[in-house]
Amino acid sequence: MTTTSTPPTAAPATEPPAGPPETPFLGRFLGRFRTPAAFLLGAVLLVGVAPLVLSDFRLGLLAKYLCYGIVAVGVSLAWGRGGLLVLGQGVFFGLGGYAMAMHLKLADAAATGETLPDFMLLYGTEGGLPWWWQPFANPAFALAMTVVLPMAVAALLGALVFRRRVKGAYFAILSQALAAALAIWLVGQQATTGGTNGLTGFQGFFGYDLNDPINQRMVYVVIAVALLLLMAAARQLFVSRYGELLIAVRDSEERVRFLGYNPANVKLVAYVVAAGMAGLAGALFVPAVGIISPALIGIVPSIGFVIGAAVGGRASLVGAVLGAIAVAWAQSTLSDAWPAGWTYLQGLLFVVAVGFLPGGLASLRTVLRRRRTSSDRVGATKGVTT
Amino acid sequence: MSGEGLTVRDLRVTFDGGVTAVDGVDLDIGPGDLRFLIGPNGAGKTTLVDAVTGLVRASGSIRFGGEEIIGEPVHRIARRGIGRTFQTATVFEQLTVEQNLDIAAGAGRSALTLLRRRRNVPESVGKALEITGLTALRHRPAGVLAHGQKQSLEIGMLLVQDVKLLLLDEPVAGMSHDEREAAGELLQRVSEDRTVVVIEHDMEFMRSFARSVSVLHAGKVLSEGTVAQVQADAKVQEVYLGRASEPEPSVAVPVPVPAPVREEV
Repeated sequence: MTTTSTPPTAAPATEPPAGPPETPFLGRFLGRFRTPAAFLLGAVLLVGVAPLVLSDFRLGLLAKYLCYGIVAVGVSLAWGRGGLLVLGQGVFFGLGGYAMAMHLKLADAAATGETLPDFMLLYGTEGGLPWWWQPFANPAFALAMTVVLPMAVAALLGALVFRRRVKGAYFAILSQALAAALAIWLVGQQATTGGTNGLTGFQGFFGYDLNDPINQRMVYVVIAVALLLLMAAARQLFVSRYGELLIAVRDSEERVRFLGYNPANVKLVAYVVAAGMAGLAGALFVPAVGIISPALIGIVPSIGFVIGAAVGGRASLVGAVLGAIAVAWAQSTLSDAWPAGWTYLQGLLFVVAVGFLPGGLASLRTVLRRRRTSSDRVGATKGVTT
Repeated sequence: MSGEGLTVRDLRVTFDGGVTAVDGVDLDIGPGDLRFLIGPNGAGKTTLVDAVTGLVRASGSIRFGGEEIIGEPVHRIARRGIGRTFQTATVFEQLTVEQNLDIAAGAGRSALTLLRRRRNVPESVGKALEITGLTALRHRPAGVLAHGQKQSLEIGMLLVQDVKLLLLDEPVAGMSHDEREAAGELLQRVSEDRTVVVIEHDMEFMRSFARSVSVLHAGKVLSEGTVAQVQADAKVQEVYLGRASEPEPSVAVPVPVPAPVREEV
């Protein structure tokens, strides 16, 4: 182990085909096609099978869980790979959700010949529509804002925070505070944001009637396709050189700095992308569930966004997404039967996952195998290549 | 051809508590030098390197390749071609040896390159693997490497980073005798076209490989010159070695060491 000479290698360094790892042929073959095959299977299940076998009600619930899955894609990137404990994703989820909801409210109002959304009429807003509502009447602008607004806020915040080398618990607390601040502000602006009630009661979705079950199914398909596309995009980031660099920054930020990179920029990209994904998830959540409100984006839901990823395996894309979907499902199922207990269970899940199984359920097999064989082969590469 | 020179003038580093770790250091390290910085614990060696690499705030002047670099952020200084290692080897343990080197080689990569998968590695990475003897381990996670191998990997990372000035903080600490010899030879090879500065406590190692030596004491440069000159300096013997020892024969590198001087302080 301690030799520094150059022993003869099994495979020559100048291998003509473009397969760098020296794995046996079969392994390389399986390795190359396993991911697309799994992706295809997921696509068939989500877009093909689920709408056929699930009732309208169940499919609607699944649409909601998939929105949490989209948030988890970003969480996996920022937290799992970048080490940024993003405990304030509710902010970005909320910005995207409200951007979409504002447009839907304005479109509904326009359809009935009004200029103000129904809730504003109720509160008797003086002086007409607030100026910052007006551009959201344009569907293209509103759609763009669901992603651009969260990303812009994340870019601004991240630039300030990462340059100052705020990290770890401080970063997490700051994110939390921001989520709380946004929720509190929204509650205070009853007349223009709907306050505690949030924005709800949407009738149409870009010309389609949301009360029609067929259109609800269409919304589901849009969400499922968005999730699949974002997972594919995130996977590309994971396996790219940027993904390797992000892990390097997570594990030793100082060292990366001495190699001539600015780690603040590396982290910023992950943070901004994750924010954009949370924003899109929020925007899709609105037509699927029919509401966006401060209670859906404050501190507790913000923690909820990361719990699923933690349980499933934050560094593993599929683990994080499945974890988020599973935890959201468990929450819906258990919180009805056992409302008080769910909060404790949720906390317990988080503590157990972070404290005892940092790789989440996705790492369970590796952990068990390592324990059984107790060999010194580190399973670290597993977490890197998923 | 042979790296860039480093010129330090009146460098001072004072920490928050009011402790002055570096107290007016002047240093001229010519291109292609293999300079050893020695001195007792707390002499300010590591702090000096920290100041040059931008890790701690300092006053005075640090010129590298003729340009003032004091006050620049760490990553900018790194991009100028100044690389360093730390007392404890820091490599990216979750990444493979090859990934470690690839990242070190990539500070200038465009966003588009970064977003693509790593299909092959730059030529310099293959060369560094060879020089450091890590070719067979290229696909192993760096975390499983032995201590000496991690240090070799760190030096390899500096090589692909294409630095012109290497600052190494105790690169052979914790190595066996054979590993030291190998590391020393590696340093000599590396210094053929680069400037190398080594902080070292191991006097025997220093005598075998140093081209020039600076002795630091209490934040100041106490003495400077060849190994023989420094060892013959009465001030050095008094302060650093704690006692007068018989002067070295005036032959420079490598000298068999008389027992009294071998002691590390």
